[in-house]
Amino acid sequence: MTRKTRRLWIVIACLACVGSAAALTLRAFSSNIVFFMAPSQVKANPPSPDRTIRLGGMVMAGSLHRINENGTPVNAFEVTDGQAAVEVHYTGILPDLFREGQSVVALGTVQKNGGFTASEVLAKHDETYMPKEVADELKRTGKWDPRFGKAPDASSWDTMTAKKAGG
Amino acid sequence: MFGPEQGHFALALACVLALVQFAVPLWGANRRDARLVGLAPYLAVSQLIALGYSFLCLVMCAVSDDFSVQNVAANSAVSKPLLYKITGIWGNHEGSVLLWTLILAVCGGAVSLFGRNLPDILRGRVLAILGGVSAGFQMFCLLTSDPFDRVFPAPMDGQGMNPLLQDPGLAFHPPILYTGYVGFAVPFAFAVAALIEGRVDAAWGRWVRPWAVAAWCFLTCGIALGSWWSYYVLGWGGYWFWDPVENASLIPWLTGTALVHSAIVVEKREGLKIWTVLLAIATFSFSLSGTFLVRSGILNSVHAFANDPARGVFILALLAIVIGGSLALFAWRAPSLTSTGLFSPISREGSLVLNNILLCSICAVVVTGTMYPPFMQLLAGRTISVGKPFFDAATIPLTLPLLLAMGVGTALPWKRAQLARTFSHLYAAAGIAAIGLVLCFWKLSGVLPIACGALAIWVIAASASDVLRRIGIGHTSAQGVWERMKHLPRSSWGAALAHIGAGITVLGLCGMSQAQHAIVEVHIGETRSLAGDDWTLLDVHDYIGPNYKAMQADIAIRHNGKLVTILHPEKRDFTTQSQTTTEVAIHTNFITDLYGVVGDRHGTGKYTTYVLRLHRNPLAPWMWLGGLVMAIGGAFSLSDRRMRIGAPKRAAARNMARA
Repeated sequence: MTRKTRRLWIVIACLACVGSAAALTLRAFSSNIVFFMAPSQVKANPPSPDRTIRLGGMVMAGSLHRINENGTPVNAFEVTDGQAAVEVHYTGILPDLFREGQSVVALGTVQKNGGFTASEVLAKHDETYMPKEVADELKRTGKWDPRFGKAPDASSWDTMTAKKAGG
Repeated sequence: MFGPEQGHFALALACVLALVQFAVPLWGANRRDARLVGLAPYLAVSQLIALGYSFLCLVMCAVSDDFSVQNVAANSAVSKPLLYKITGIWGNHEGSVLLWTLILAVCGGAVSLFGRNLPDILRGRVLAILGGVSAGFQMFCLLTSDPFDRVFPAPMDGQGMNPLLQDPGLAFHPPILYTGYVGFAVPFAFAVAALIEGRVDAAWGRWVRPWAVAAWCFLTCGIALGSWWSYYVLGWGGYWFWDPVENASLIPWLTGTALVHSAIVVEKREGLKIWTVLLAIATFSFSLSGTFLVRSGILNSVHAFANDPARGVFILALLAIVIGGSLALFAWRAPSLTSTGLFSPISREGSLVLNNILLCSICAVVVTGTMYPPFMQLLAGRTISVGKPFFDAATIPLTLPLLLAMGVGTALPWKRAQLARTFSHLYAAAGIAAIGLVLCFWKLSGVLPIACGALAIWVIAASASDVLRRIGIGHTSAQGVWERMKHLPRSSWGAALAHIGAGITVLGLCGMSQAQHAIVEVHIGETRSLAGDDWTLLDVHDYIGPNYKAMQADIAIRHNGKLVTILHPEKRDFTTQSQTTTEVAIHTNFITDLYGVVGDRHGTGKYTTYVLRLHRNPLAPWMWLGGLVMAIGGAFSLSDRRMRIGAPKRAAARNMARA
């Protein structure tokens, strides 16, 4: 075994492994990337029902209610970004930090009827924390400009939406 | 005596000592001045003492409830139990950076103490590199995240600690994990010192390996402990979130595992030198970026402490200097390192090369999955994320050949192997694996879990049979077996144990892939069944704890009418922090975990219902047990006399003295 043939073997092995790793990564990316969407984006162009997305926004105050589907408790609440609201259904125990009027990120799919079925609901460790995506969305829609102080009080969220939705 | 000002001063002193420790030995080594090089160990030890004193000051501030210190006021409270006053120090950004630098100083002290048999110049250079890294992070601590900052006026009571963090598991998780991260600084320093010197030989491999193995053991324990914490505290029923923080610990673990293996080739065969040096640099670079990119909030995550851009810039500059500098040095000096050992592809070296390639491919996949979303956001402005489905689909297929090779590798001889001969040793293990495959078909569903399960059994059987063969079971008398057992190097025992541990962990993961859960809403007295067990909600009652109000449920689990256990999950309301936490109740018989969580209460009086989440998690404890076995295997091989630096020399000296 000369140095050259050994090097050849190692190069072949490297190429095989790195190649399959790249192929696997690309394949997994194409089917498993999860996009973040705000409620208004979901309303504007709803993604196909087999596509998992992350929906983020504020939980509209007073929107949380429960439905009982054959003994399984389903939580229903509305998530808003100040422009549109999407109804979210979630089977399970809501996280300890879940509150009406606070930010939330839900992982799931958009149903044909426009509702959202969540498989996971995330509320962050810190109650003053706003998910970065939600904060960006707020800035984008002009609901909050960080130059002019803190984020608007969460309880004012639904009135903003109500105005939009009503008007 | 132990006030914050003294602590601050000691920290500054340590920083200066670290700078001197960086500059003087390097200069001395260049001028071949033995006196200057010989200063390094003393500087390292005095830096350790100064930093230890500084840390002690912070501990005293926290214990004595000195709320004039900003850090204590923000993270502690009078009512907090003493244990958490101490452990809370590393539960926040400033304290954790101080702990990080303290552990780095401890590493320097350890090199000074245990490295007495290293050549002086090499030891001087290693300590200088450690000192340089130390100085950088102490400066970071002093300039951007000073834990001793005062606040005026001092509040009457602190703001308290996140109740989620008040847990014994989490109390000891960061020091262990950090020791793992920081421990890789020593192999890194050895690599940089070797590059400066332009020489890597078998002795270098022998010196660097114990440090790499020790760091690897701590990192393994740290990851296992973190995953266990997430399983039993967060109460979501899972154990690994593929969160950037978790990936940040997994990435150096993967390259560190590769390093531990490739250093064997340097030591035994003087091969793979350049590669090993690169791995040592990469592992520490990943550790650094893991701890600090994550902490600076560049990778957004549930765990991140700090979200402060000034710190981010400092950290990025520091990372650029450490990582960029070492890589530049590598590019410059690596061509001067040449490997001598020749080997055929089918040999122990060959299998170790394959191990390295596969581990690094997996690592590349994890890095891509972790870094792609933030980069996409930065470049394209689209917020995306990848989670468990991505990582499962991309990493598990690469793990399969790794497991297969793990079983064969240890049975292969060095240099050149004959496959037929090697396989003749592995018949028994292959038989057991075949039985395992049938068992997996029967018990598990899904192609990947079955394949992983069977391969895990293969790894365990092959590692065990390799050791049994070496000690001559079935070939020699009981006396002979005993003799051989005593003479088999501890590192062989350790390797077998670590491989068996990996197999156990993989089996646990396969079991967990079959976990079942149900979310139910029940009245008191109602029974639901899950996977053959009947879960009955017996009662729910409220009680008042030291600093919280709790709702506790009693859930009886019966299997075929026989009572298995009564679980008492709780929901606690911490009024001062207006936070709720979930206390999971777990019953384990080491084969299956029964895992119960109580959720909200709805309705009143007769119509009151409770939401419960019930999980049945097969083989869950095996995941962490396997991690522990891996770490014990590593520790065992550390006790090998070959690993104890200079042990042969000392033994020889003893024999000389006797004669």
